[in-house]
Amino acid sequence: MNAEQQTESAIEAAKKAYWTANISVVLVLMGIWFLFGCVLSIFAVDALNKIQLGGFPLGFWMAQQGTTIAFIFVTLAYVLIMKRLDMRYLAQCGKKSSEEPTTAA
Amino acid sequence: MDIQSWTYLIVGLSFALYIGIAFVTRVRSTSGFYVAGHGVPAIFNGMATGADWMSAASYISMAGIISFTGFTGSVYLIGWTGGYVLLALLLAPYLRKFGKYTVPDFVGDRYYSDVARVVAVMCAVFVSFTYVAGQMRGVGVVFSRFLEVDINTGVIIGMVLVFIYATLGGMKGITYTQVAQYVVLIIAYLIPAIAISHVMTGHWIPQIGFGAKVVGGENAGVYLLEAIDQIHRDLGFPEYTGTFIPGHKSMIDMFCVTLALMVGTAGLPHVIIRFYTVKNVHAARWSAFWALLFIGILYTTAPAIATFARVNLIQTLHEKSYEQRPEWYKSWEQTDLIAWVDKNGDGIIQYASGPAFAGKPDFQEKEDGSYVLGAAQQPLLNNKTSDGPNELYVDRDIMVLANPEIAQLPAWVVALVAAGGLAAALSTAAGLLLVISSSMSHDLGKSIIKPNMSEKEELRWARTAAGGAVILAGYFGINPPGFVAQVVAFAFGLAASSFFPVIILGIFSKRTTKEGAISGMLSGIGFTAIYIYYFKFHNPGAGPDQWWFGISPEGIGSLGMVINFVVTMTVTAFTPAPPAEVQEQVENLRYPSA
Repeated sequence: MNAEQQTESAIEAAKKAYWTANISVVLVLMGIWFLFGCVLSIFAVDALNKIQLGGFPLGFWMAQQGTTIAFIFVTLAYVLIMKRLDMRYLAQCGKKSSEEPTTAA
Repeated sequence: MDIQSWTYLIVGLSFALYIGIAFVTRVRSTSGFYVAGHGVPAIFNGMATGADWMSAASYISMAGIISFTGFTGSVYLIGWTGGYVLLALLLAPYLRKFGKYTVPDFVGDRYYSDVARVVAVMCAVFVSFTYVAGQMRGVGVVFSRFLEVDINTGVIIGMVLVFIYATLGGMKGITYTQVAQYVVLIIAYLIPAIAISHVMTGHWIPQIGFGAKVVGGENAGVYLLEAIDQIHRDLGFPEYTGTFIPGHKSMIDMFCVTLALMVGTAGLPHVIIRFYTVKNVHAARWSAFWALLFIGILYTTAPAIATFARVNLIQTLHEKSYEQRPEWYKSWEQTDLIAWVDKNGDGIIQYASGPAFAGKPDFQEKEDGSYVLGAAQQPLLNNKTSDGPNELYVDRDIMVLANPEIAQLPAWVVALVAAGGLAAALSTAAGLLLVISSSMSHDLGKSIIKPNMSEKEELRWARTAAGGAVILAGYFGINPPGFVAQVVAFAFGLAASSFFPVIILGIFSKRTTKEGAISGMLSGIGFTAIYIYYFKFHNPGAGPDQWWFGISPEGIGSLGMVINFVVTMTVTAFTPAPPAEVQEQVENLRYPSA
């Protein structure tokens, strides 16, 4: 195996690792999305409503306020985590990947 | 100054601003016309996406619907914000990286097929048209109520305005007017909410006042939500915070409607197209976050407004004499959106659960056009009176617009709310028209009918298509086919069952074939459209017992989406893999970007 092939396989490995990391980040965040959007607000709402949060039954608050706030944080987390991932893997993945696809006019 | 003069002033200033922006940002290239030259900063794109997204439905109708449905109304809050998480995580970055102009562009290239492209164009145009007609109608309603012009004149004024800035500035003009429109609509939404929250609960922040104790009045010292639950019990309504009790949706239906709204949001072409306007993948991610933040400000305020408005409405009207009805009641009565029938002849308004009469108000008119009046000087109705004790008809759409008047806020606030409603309707209409125009000129014209046309010619096609779409949308706004209002809500189901699965599979599975995608889109949208048609128009009397698995037509897009996924993947398994260069393109989406 010569040096060129070695770097090529290293690049391939880095790309694979980046994509795997990307998928895990998305899966975890989608899990949180489902937890707030469907479980806490719909499936478990009756159980949560037994708890009071100030003047709100907790399940009702989740459905009308908490879920939206959680979604905003999920999206922010995604942006920040992906930024770190991109920075970490960019150098390893070689030059080609940093090019933006050119748009045909 | 009175409400009307304030409205002319504020609406006039906002319109002048929009046209000024359109003139400054006018474009000469197709890239500028379709995607604002990929040059919009993320935070501005977030605002523009917010305005693009928040239509007359979000601004005018949503809080009203929640006000009348309580907990069940949460489906709109969860569904419409949850869709942005899907957009941010699963679609926006990859579509931006793919780097095209439109959604059919992506479908056509990824699925190496002009048939797929044409199917996508049809879905995009169908979804966008059902949506846009409702917006023009919303413009007409605001005009007729606050500027006291005819609804049709209102629609025409709106058409002319959108025509000017959509054909002149294309996506660039639309983007920067949408930024301005976001600012107008969010200020107009927050000011009355803050003022009413302070009056009712002593808290300036509506999201906190919503869960606080009422100050003053008969419910002083009681938590607002407890007070409204008590009022609902007294009048025979299902409890406001009650969950799956009779009068609210079932759990399975609520889940399906929420899911259809989420996935539908992520599949709406006019929303997706906004992520093409930014510089790179990072900016696409950031703008999804900004968009959700800006939308979230309105969406966390809306349920608070809904509760305040509900309490205010009942306390202002229930058991009050009709002759001493407030001014706002009189003005909305003129628009046929509120009506009272004195069933027990006591001259006092009784509000309770159940309809007051059959259908929408149809006032009895004399030959000279004036109303026939009853004993309490109320206009009499032709409608058949219902049996229940309820005497009051209130259209849900008036809740947000009438709220500042019900809470006795100053005239300029009422005018600002009207300008906000127009900003919401116009910004969404413009975004939709651009999708229709680019589908026609780019995806049909340039890609299929006449591939060698020059940029100048394509731009002429785009402007002509935008102009034609405005006129058609205006026509539907003036002559709404009876189904428009109902159909707008279904645009989500149609988008969920057509675009979402093929885009997701196109990005995350290299193997997905054109045969799979085409059959998936057709079966998904076909199934959803037929189900909606059957239960809404063919057999509208059918209830939850006849629905499949208890899923209402509003939620059936979820099932349509599942069908699309299954069909696409099954057909893919039996058809030859996509060409190597397409797989290479998909592979390229998976690299990190600078």
